Amino acid sequence: MSELYEFDWSSIPGALPLLGKGLLITFEVTLTAIVVGIVWGTLLAIARISASKPLGFAAATYVNLFRSVPLVMVILWFYLIVPQVLKSIFGEGIADIRLASALCAFALFEAAYYSEIIRAGIQSVPRGQVSAAYALGLTHAQTMRLVILPQAFRNMLPLLLTQAIILFQDTSLVYVIGLSDFFGTAYKVGDRDGRLVELLLFAGLIYFIFCFSASQIVRRLQRRYAQ
Amino acid sequence: MAYNWNWSIFLSDTPAGDATYLGWLFTGLQWTVTLSLSAWLIALSVGSLFGVLRTVPNRGLALLGTTYVEIFRNVPLLVQLFIWYFVLPELLPRELGDAFKQLNPLLQQFLAAMVCLGLFTGARVSEQVRSGINSLPRGQKNAALALGLTLPQAYRYVMLPMAFRIIIPPLTSEFLNIFKNSAVATTIGLIELSRQAQQLVDYTAQPYEAFIAVTVMYLLINVTVMFLMRRVEVNARVPGYIGGSR
Amino acid sequence: MISIRQVSKWYGSFQVLTECTTEIQKGEVIVVCGPSGSGKSTLIKCVNGLEPFQAGEIMLDGTSVGDAKTNLSKLRARVGMVFQHFELFPHMRIIDNLTLAQIRVLGRASEEARDKGLKLLERVGLKAHAEKFPGELSGGQQQRVAIARALCMDPIAMLFDEPTSALDPEMINEVLDVMVELASEGMTMMCVTHEMGFARKVAHRVIFMDQGRIVEDAAKDDFFGKPRSERAQLFLSKILQH
Repeated sequence: MSELYEFDWSSIPGALPLLGKGLLITFEVTLTAIVVGIVWGTLLAIARISASKPLGFAAATYVNLFRSVPLVMVILWFYLIVPQVLKSIFGEGIADIRLASALCAFALFEAAYYSEIIRAGIQSVPRGQVSAAYALGLTHAQTMRLVILPQAFRNMLPLLLTQAIILFQDTSLVYVIGLSDFFGTAYKVGDRDGRLVELLLFAGLIYFIFCFSASQIVRRLQRRYAQ
Repeated sequence: MAYNWNWSIFLSDTPAGDATYLGWLFTGLQWTVTLSLSAWLIALSVGSLFGVLRTVPNRGLALLGTTYVEIFRNVPLLVQLFIWYFVLPELLPRELGDAFKQLNPLLQQFLAAMVCLGLFTGARVSEQVRSGINSLPRGQKNAALALGLTLPQAYRYVMLPMAFRIIIPPLTSEFLNIFKNSAVATTIGLIELSRQAQQLVDYTAQPYEAFIAVTVMYLLINVTVMFLMRRVEVNARVPGYIGGSR
Repeated sequence: MISIRQVSKWYGSFQVLTECTTEIQKGEVIVVCGPSGSGKSTLIKCVNGLEPFQAGEIMLDGTSVGDAKTNLSKLRARVGMVFQHFELFPHMRIIDNLTLAQIRVLGRASEEARDKGLKLLERVGLKAHAEKFPGELSGGQQQRVAIARALCMDPIAMLFDEPTSALDPEMINEVLDVMVELASEGMTMMCVTHEMGFARKVAHRVIFMDQGRIVEDAAKDDFFGKPRSERAQLFLSKILQH
């Protein structure tokens, strides 16, 4: 007769404060990457569709490079480069090199993905809009900022949010540089107490609850847009 | 502090003496490609099956498909991988779990990563297949049924051939993703490309060369896949429809 | 040949068909008309079971369409149907569109199916286009192919669901000509269409539908001479204004 695994969830309650701290790190990385990613991604998208060839080429290279390389490699790359850059600027003694390099990696990486979404959003706005704006005497920058981007962002809001959910899940990959985000903490606690099975399942459940609820919100949003 | 570039490092022997560092990288490349391709086969078959299930007029089957997709899309890949690798062998009946744990460690890592990547990507593929089928005009199904084809025949000969053509672009990006996502297997120790990059850093203290070489290899994989998929797309084009102008 | 008895159909609580009853004899040509939303397309889709109905009975050459034991695929293979939007299969060449069901449903050898397909293409004047894809043909040509595709199955009756309403005006006649020829050969036809010229020329009877009911079911001359219902008069006056 085969014995089944006996669950023991007792190490989770005591570890909740630690797990909460990890969750904060997860959110910090996610939010930074969303904000920087969207701002930098918008600039990249505008550069890509601009009339300037060198600018367009540079932006395309940036985007394609980041989109061709695994996120794990990007995180490792930044963990290699960022500490040295920081050292050369601030000297020794930067508090949290892991966090700093993770923030840089995710922000710059996500920008490449966001820029593609934003570019498609911009191109989904009918061309007549640009002509109309120009006819009113708006400059190119004004047309973008006042006429095109507001419409574009409305069209692509669901996609931007979906990307944010993917990003939230991907932040768990900071495991490869040993940063204690939510997942890293769960793993460490499980390893310490010999209850890896329970902690990993618990972590999966928490991620699922967050992501599933968020994706339901996105779906409702899409349905409202479709009407 | 100047960095000492040393590209000849790739030609020197590893401490184990069985290969050069370049050889290590190629071993890594082989594992990355093998893992990705075998996981892609799983993803395509599972994804097509569940994608079709979600479009047939049967609530139970549709619910089954939705449950699969929601679970595998809303848990991070890394967590899924750890669950396959660390958790599942514990939860299986003891003999089965033990049998798994007695396998060659490399095989354990490979199997866990393959199943994990396959089912993870399968959930995404099934979404694409479903939306491909749903994007077909409803009349196509009616026309097929009106000719007397059965529902499976209508899927087999009319709807799926067209649906798959429509979703070639998103499938291409899922195919590219599976190569990139395979790097996550580094976390359970599978010696694919990313792991080899880290090993080279540990052994040679030439991190930039190692990372650049591995990054270039990923770029090459990317370019190759895109080239192949473009060929597929050209061969599958339909005049008057997707990309079929002539 | 086709007998429709007391057929009713609901979408949820909304009734789209109310106790529709009519009979179509072998060799008869029936035109079904009525304002949009009157249920005429739904009714014709019930005839070959593309739309289920909740009450009543439809008999097709002695077989009940609504009966759960009926093999609908087999039944549909014996009745041709032509759709508003042609619905040729865009990924197959014209000739493959014509042979697909012959081979897969009727089990004909591919040579035989091909010969049959080419013969019918010739009949609709499109033999030269056999190797093209649907997207390379005009709307009128595609619809003629669709008719040929249905005829390949040697149908005992043909159903037309607004076959010309998605066509540009200059292409309507080439399709109607094929249909007229078909009618003159004695094919049993049920046509949902607004083409009253076609109806005058070949129809034996005209059915007028409104709000899911068959309001008028009369011989052609009676219908055009003095429609009994006000709604049919109003409809005719609107359609014939031009």
